[in-house]
Amino acid sequence: MQNNGLNQTILSVRNLKTYFFQDEGTVKAVDGATFDVYAGKTLGIVGESGCGKSVTARSILRIEEKPARIVEGEITFHRANGSVLDVTQLEPGSREMRAIRGGEISLVFQEPMTSFSAHYTIGNQIIEIIRLHQSVSKRAARAQTIELLRKVGIPKPERRIDEYPFQLSGGLRQRVMIAMALANNPRILIADEPTTALDVTTQAQILELLQELQEQTRMAVILITHNMGVIAETADDVVVMYLGRVVETGPVDDIFHAPQHPYTRALLRSIPSIMSESRTRLPTISGSIPHPYNRPTGCPFHPRCPDFMPGTCNRLEPQLLPVNEHQQVNCFLYHEPQPHQSNDEAVSHE
Amino acid sequence: MLSFIARRIMLGALTTWVISIIAFLVILLPPGDFVDAYIAQLSGLGQYVSLETAANLREQYGTDQPFHVQYIKWIRRVAHGDFGQSLEFGVPVADVIGDRLWLTMVVSLGAIALTWGLALPIGIYSAVHQYSFGDYFFTFIGFIGLAIPNFLLALILMYIGFKYFDASIGGLFSPEYQLEPWTWEKIWDLIKHLPMPVIILGMAGTAQLIRIMRANLLDELRKPYVVTARAKGLTETRVILKYPVRAALNPFASTIGYLLPFVVSGSIIISVVMSLPTVGPILLRALVAQDVYLAGTIILMLGTLTVIGTIISDLLLMWIDPRIRLEQR
Repeated sequence: MQNNGLNQTILSVRNLKTYFFQDEGTVKAVDGATFDVYAGKTLGIVGESGCGKSVTARSILRIEEKPARIVEGEITFHRANGSVLDVTQLEPGSREMRAIRGGEISLVFQEPMTSFSAHYTIGNQIIEIIRLHQSVSKRAARAQTIELLRKVGIPKPERRIDEYPFQLSGGLRQRVMIAMALANNPRILIADEPTTALDVTTQAQILELLQELQEQTRMAVILITHNMGVIAETADDVVVMYLGRVVETGPVDDIFHAPQHPYTRALLRSIPSIMSESRTRLPTISGSIPHPYNRPTGCPFHPRCPDFMPGTCNRLEPQLLPVNEHQQVNCFLYHEPQPHQSNDEAVSHE
Repeated sequence: MLSFIARRIMLGALTTWVISIIAFLVILLPPGDFVDAYIAQLSGLGQYVSLETAANLREQYGTDQPFHVQYIKWIRRVAHGDFGQSLEFGVPVADVIGDRLWLTMVVSLGAIALTWGLALPIGIYSAVHQYSFGDYFFTFIGFIGLAIPNFLLALILMYIGFKYFDASIGGLFSPEYQLEPWTWEKIWDLIKHLPMPVIILGMAGTAQLIRIMRANLLDELRKPYVVTARAKGLTETRVILKYPVRAALNPFASTIGYLLPFVVSGSIIISVVMSLPTVGPILLRALVAQDVYLAGTIILMLGTLTVIGTIISDLLLMWIDPRIRLEQR
């Protein structure tokens, strides 16, 4: 593999569309997501709840659940053995997909409380994933598990391994979750709101742990969150999503210092700052997220957008196009409407 | 954990004691005492009971003494395996129940095994393939099983068995073995007679358990830990069997407590219809004939079975669910 310190892509998502087909109608949970994941880098995906962050993560692992289906798009994954494949073309239950799932791409969930089964010890649940992807003896897997638990900072791992998840605190449980995700040295770790259910001190510890582990293993991390602070602290690149679409992408510094899309700007304005004057109202984004069955036509953000251009934004769909060397924005403020351009011609940044 | 078990067993013993008092109350319930009833029955047969014998009997059963003395006398005799005299049959209660108890156990265990053997896989299938053709099919069958009174089902199956399969209907034995001592031929005869009552007895319970299993599993399938298991790369079958099914077993195990006595007492009508030599019909007869010692003994037995069933289900729950095992101290 050629890698001269430059960005080495291991996962590219192109125009991914995952819809939920329900009796009441179709919910376009992910409607054209496009981004790249680089080895050793952290990609932050940020957006309000319901913007399709988690569904994107699940689509990558092909564990999107029943009414949901990937209808369009490509998810190109560069496997450890050098082969490149489109995950959307695999059967979710196929041997190859299962080898990737939990082996090369693993997932850390939001709810450390309910994401473990209460019926088995944590050792049992970690040893299971090790022996599923590596041919090692039970004893070796157990030794590996103890090592993993030690690595993620669990005190007395040789005792904790035989405990049940409900005997651990939330913070420890999230560490165990991370240990389990790391069990097979994945190329990509997807962390879906890994700190949302934890208190602030524990949040910081978990994020630190993730960064440390990333430095050791050079794995890529996809960090999904609604917390701009977490993004600022950990991400290298940022994808901002709104209603299933990517509205802006770019390196973290550009996103924070020169946000382009009106939605990104509004998001950043609504973070409380230690500098701001006390007793002033925090700016909010006007309106609320539209009902999923009732998506606005044109740009989905136009009803809440301060820069709304009548006649354009509510009729035509903008595309994700570069505005400078690093950033891409999905907005008519930067691009003339191109009515004949098809939607899936999104451009990747190098 | 041991203290938990010890506490459960002690509570069980306490409950059994209370049940024994209630059973004894049932014995005392009819007007007059047992000796009056006994004398009346014997004189009905043209036998004469001397005052002396009557006095001896009163002394033996303690019928002229206060409640607690009578109770202690009774419970002492029960502890020695003497359950008193059955008026209706004119023999000791133990002889009346004896074989019937074992046959009841055999039929009940058969019915429970069938119930579980069918309900578990069908319930799992129905939940995993919710709203599929198979799910609707089993739901339909299940509701029919719940809705048709069992004795009607018994009659229909017996008719079909007789008409088309030339099966001997009713009872657990062919006539020629009825009064024979136990031999291998008799046991084989019993095995041949078992399927019909077992199917009929198991039917209603199966339909109900399918619904319970399906509902439980549907709840569990939506929990985040199932997604975790899937994200590990396990096959779907393994995901479902190892994680949500295990969790869905909890309510299953807790119903065992009621299953044991239900199959014994709930089967009275079917047993009468199919003339099965089990305990159920005897209880009915004892109650109708005010055969106090027989009725009291069966009630005591059913109560004890419930207690044993509950303890078994508690132990099973402890085994299935570590939260129960570890949080009880």
